[in-house]
Amino acid sequence: MTGRFTTQVVFFVVSLFVSFVVAFQAPPPQRIVSLVPNVTEMIFAVGAGPQVVAVSSFDEEPPAVRSLPRVGALLDPDTERIIAIRPDLVVVYGSQSDLQAQLARAKIPYFNYRHGGLDNILATMREIGARTGHGAEADTAVTAIEGRLAAVRARVAGARRPRTLLVFGREKGTLRNIYASGGEGFLHDMLLAAGGDDMFADITRESVQATTETILARAPDVILELRSTDIPDGVAIQEEIASWGALASVPAVKNHRVIILTGKSLTVPGPRVADSVERMARALHP
Amino acid sequence: MTSNIRRRLIVVVSGFALFALAVMAWAPTVGSTSISLSRAFDSSIPWSDNVDAQIFFVARLPRVLAGGLIGASLAAAGVVLQAMLRNPLATPFTLGVSAGAALGAMLAIAFGLDVGAMGVSSVPIASFIGSLVAIAIVYWLATSQKRGLSTNVLLLAGVTLNSFFSALILFVQYLADFAESFRTLRWLMGDLDVGSYGPILAALPFIVMAFVVFAALPRTLNLLTMGDDVAAARGVEVIQAQRWAFLSASLATGAAVSLGGPVGFIGIVVPHLVRLMVGSDHRLVLPAATLFGAAFLVLCDLGARTIMAPLEIPVGIITALIGGPFFLWLLVKKS
Repeated sequence: MTGRFTTQVVFFVVSLFVSFVVAFQAPPPQRIVSLVPNVTEMIFAVGAGPQVVAVSSFDEEPPAVRSLPRVGALLDPDTERIIAIRPDLVVVYGSQSDLQAQLARAKIPYFNYRHGGLDNILATMREIGARTGHGAEADTAVTAIEGRLAAVRARVAGARRPRTLLVFGREKGTLRNIYASGGEGFLHDMLLAAGGDDMFADITRESVQATTETILARAPDVILELRSTDIPDGVAIQEEIASWGALASVPAVKNHRVIILTGKSLTVPGPRVADSVERMARALHP
Repeated sequence: MTSNIRRRLIVVVSGFALFALAVMAWAPTVGSTSISLSRAFDSSIPWSDNVDAQIFFVARLPRVLAGGLIGASLAAAGVVLQAMLRNPLATPFTLGVSAGAALGAMLAIAFGLDVGAMGVSSVPIASFIGSLVAIAIVYWLATSQKRGLSTNVLLLAGVTLNSFFSALILFVQYLADFAESFRTLRWLMGDLDVGSYGPILAALPFIVMAFVVFAALPRTLNLLTMGDDVAAARGVEVIQAQRWAFLSASLATGAAVSLGGPVGFIGIVVPHLVRLMVGSDHRLVLPAATLFGAAFLVLCDLGARTIMAPLEIPVGIITALIGGPFFLWLLVKKS
């Protein structure tokens, strides 16, 4: 008798709690402001695009954002305009602590994002989906990306992994100011997924300023350069590849394995990451 | 020249020259990787297979030569400007030249200007043009008054131009993309990894021109430091001398900064250090500071490329970190 009563009480309390949660759970945000361009892309990729009302001054993708109001960016968020827009969710970067404090004071919920590895891109997409009421679409989108990444990993699985210098910045026409991926972050993860070994895997940083001496000494098999700015034609690309010619003893240079990939989305940790990984894999394992 | 000063000159200059040569010869043999010198100089090994030779001739030698050239230019320009302005706080960056160079470089980086020519990329060319514009503005302001060239106006115009250009630099950085902003910031810290001999050869003629003028200056600088009137009484064409001193020092600074960025502290610390060592006669100070500046920057860059290898420490940070305390120590010890 007592046991049955306890069960009833427990059931009552649990159902009260569930109905409470259901009744008071906030509806999905309908006025989203995103200050982080790659998260904006994720929001659109999970189908929450129509809920976005303003974006950062650096947002360009998808094309639908181009007509939206701009409310500053990482270093100069226009707090006044953001609050005036009356958002019910603001996507902020982890380092924007002042803005976060101001949003908290204004009782505006925010989504705190920081760049991380490849897993972090997919996890963020899932979180964004759940937060915006598009959990199922996010699941579908992420599963599709995971499938494509798995296909790339399977394709390159047996192949020898070339030691790769993954460059994402260099002064045009010279070997000055070469910035390469270190052993952390999404670029490093993308290189591994595409079947390459990172020449700077031992350096636990996202970016390394690579000197000519280090490159000569570490002798990469492939130099893979990602350019977010488009280089117009074949001749210009050949000229840029030729600037590496000074390092003649590097296997990548000797064996003509200096590859430049261009495109704005290449270095964006967003929903188009599988495209980039596929392109990198084709470059490393033709 | 009395035989006494001639003897001192020979001793001092050969001492400093020996030190500078030793540093310049030793620096390319050390780095983040150990190389075999016999392999590096073995011409029987094909160039494209000889990693040691490439590390020596492609990675290190251009850096050492650039360091020597920039160190010598900034130190000598510092000596000349301190004497000419009779101001111990003057540096090659006081008169706005480096800010003009920096603005040029910022514009080239932030807006992707394409003015590269003859194996030299846009950034050094734009920064050299920037320095020439700054020199022209300051010179025009300083000579616009009827009585020739005023060092006071020169100093004030330079300092004002410095802050004006600094504001423009910040504005350009603010407008630039995030990655470009970082690159502009990195440029301001100085970087001697020039990657090839092209930029060095491009800067060399301007620096040689400046040094040809420097060579004629020491006696005049000695008289100028005693005051314009004294100098004039001893037969110095004061305005003319100041004109040459300003233009040559600025040219050397502009060329040096466009080659390696505004490497700080060399232009103020080295002249004072050398004065503490050899006295204040510019016939000794100028050559000694030139040689010591070269050795000092090459040594600092050696630290920049080895201390945290394979990571690089910006050389401007090292010159300030070593130069500052060392200078203070000498100052306290001497006084």
